[in-house]
Amino acid sequence: MSVIDLVEVRKSFTMHLQGGVHLPVVAGVSFSARAGECVALAGPSGVGKSSILKMIFGNYRCDGGRILLHDNDTVTDIATAPPRAIIALRRHAMGYVSQFLRAVPRVTTLDVVAEPLVLAGVAREEARARAGVLLRRLAIPERLWPLPPATFSGGEQQRVNIARGFLADMPLLLLDEPTASLDAANRAAVIALIAEKKRRGVAIVAIVHDEEVRDAVADRLVDISQFAAAA
Amino acid sequence: MSNLENDRPLLQAEGLSKWYGRQLGCRDVSFDLYPGEVMAVVGESGSGKTTLLQLLSAQLVPSAGRVCYRLRDGAVHDLATLGQAQRRFLFRTDWGYVHQDPALGLRMAVSAGANVGERLMAVGWRHYGRIRSAAEEWLDRVEIARGRVDDPPSTYSGGMRQRLQIARNLVTNPRLVFMDEPTGGLDVSVQARLLDLISGLVAELGLAAVVVTHDLAVARLLSHRVMVMKDGEVIESGLTDQVLDDPREPYTQLLVSSILPA
Repeated sequence: MSVIDLVEVRKSFTMHLQGGVHLPVVAGVSFSARAGECVALAGPSGVGKSSILKMIFGNYRCDGGRILLHDNDTVTDIATAPPRAIIALRRHAMGYVSQFLRAVPRVTTLDVVAEPLVLAGVAREEARARAGVLLRRLAIPERLWPLPPATFSGGEQQRVNIARGFLADMPLLLLDEPTASLDAANRAAVIALIAEKKRRGVAIVAIVHDEEVRDAVADRLVDISQFAAAA
Repeated sequence: MSNLENDRPLLQAEGLSKWYGRQLGCRDVSFDLYPGEVMAVVGESGSGKTTLLQLLSAQLVPSAGRVCYRLRDGAVHDLATLGQAQRRFLFRTDWGYVHQDPALGLRMAVSAGANVGERLMAVGWRHYGRIRSAAEEWLDRVEIARGRVDDPPSTYSGGMRQRLQIARNLVTNPRLVFMDEPTGGLDVSVQARLLDLISGLVAELGLAAVVVTHDLAVARLLSHRVMVMKDGEVIESGLTDQVLDDPREPYTQLLVSSILPA
């Protein structure tokens, strides 16, 4: 069963402040991910992998094509959906672990991680308890939980970000370099978390440069350089 | 999706335009705002943001177009057809309006408790003890110490005054809040605290809000979607992170690229 289908997706940027330079990124992007499958996007830096993840999450707009997300019995074309439909999908149907944590001042680590569950309607105390379990698995010491993550190290922030992204079970999970700044033990923890998601039927689209991690989690590679747009 | 389609807009703007003589305030603005949705209106001074906010909140009469609002009983009304008394009632109960300058939204010479309690009395609360305890509870929620309840806001700092204004607005459980530059003129550290407080309350209470701001960081932190205005017209709109991370229009790209890194 397909969870996400990209059909002929196209993306370019026009930089009006740089004299209207037109930067084609990708064209004709078509691939799918099924429930329980991890699809890794491959290709060199700058080929458009992150842009594709951002389009799926609704963070970047598409110039053309369709991005169909199947959630229960409904299909939404993210390329044309109104803001509130995308926000609803982010609450219930798709999660995204970006490369960097966007920390909100004053919000504690435990609440940063618990927030997606709270937004999905889980009681705050239960959401915090589940957040704590995940933080422990990712080796974030309990004494850090009441602190906002803004002052944490890069690796700690990334693990907080992973915990936040992995907490809720959504049909689709988007991962942008989830293991980039992690040590071996934490990499192994993330590999185990991804394997659990797959067993629970979550479809995953991931960008993973680390070959060891990629071999451990990816069922299939999609080479994005085949979709390079003509300049 | 089905429950999304079932719920109906709270506020609808249709082709709203306002001319001040030959001077354009704003032109042909249309959007639907749903319950629980926070929309930011961004743009520089003179772009028509405040005119739009005043049209939406029935403080100005549009030159063309209309604003419809769905009352608690489910009936949708064109604001222009509501009588003065009905509009006043909306303002006292179902709506909040947070001014950039707290002195416009507060009575500076009466106590903080009375500022909050006054809104409750306007909707028929009469029991002094209950009004007082509701006011104190709201001062707690906006992080004003109980010991300051009897002091007038003229003795408060700028950040405290703004928090008090928010308490005064939210005490009647409005469904829609208009905010005009709610963090304008405050120190950065005070702004961060206020934004954090507002975003928490908005999410917790499921408020719909229209927030006018020239500060894109405020839009990013508070809003789900954003409209960019320039010279009285909406030039770009969409999901907030989409418009800010992937701006299309030259002017929006200029706004986004003009943010100074901290």
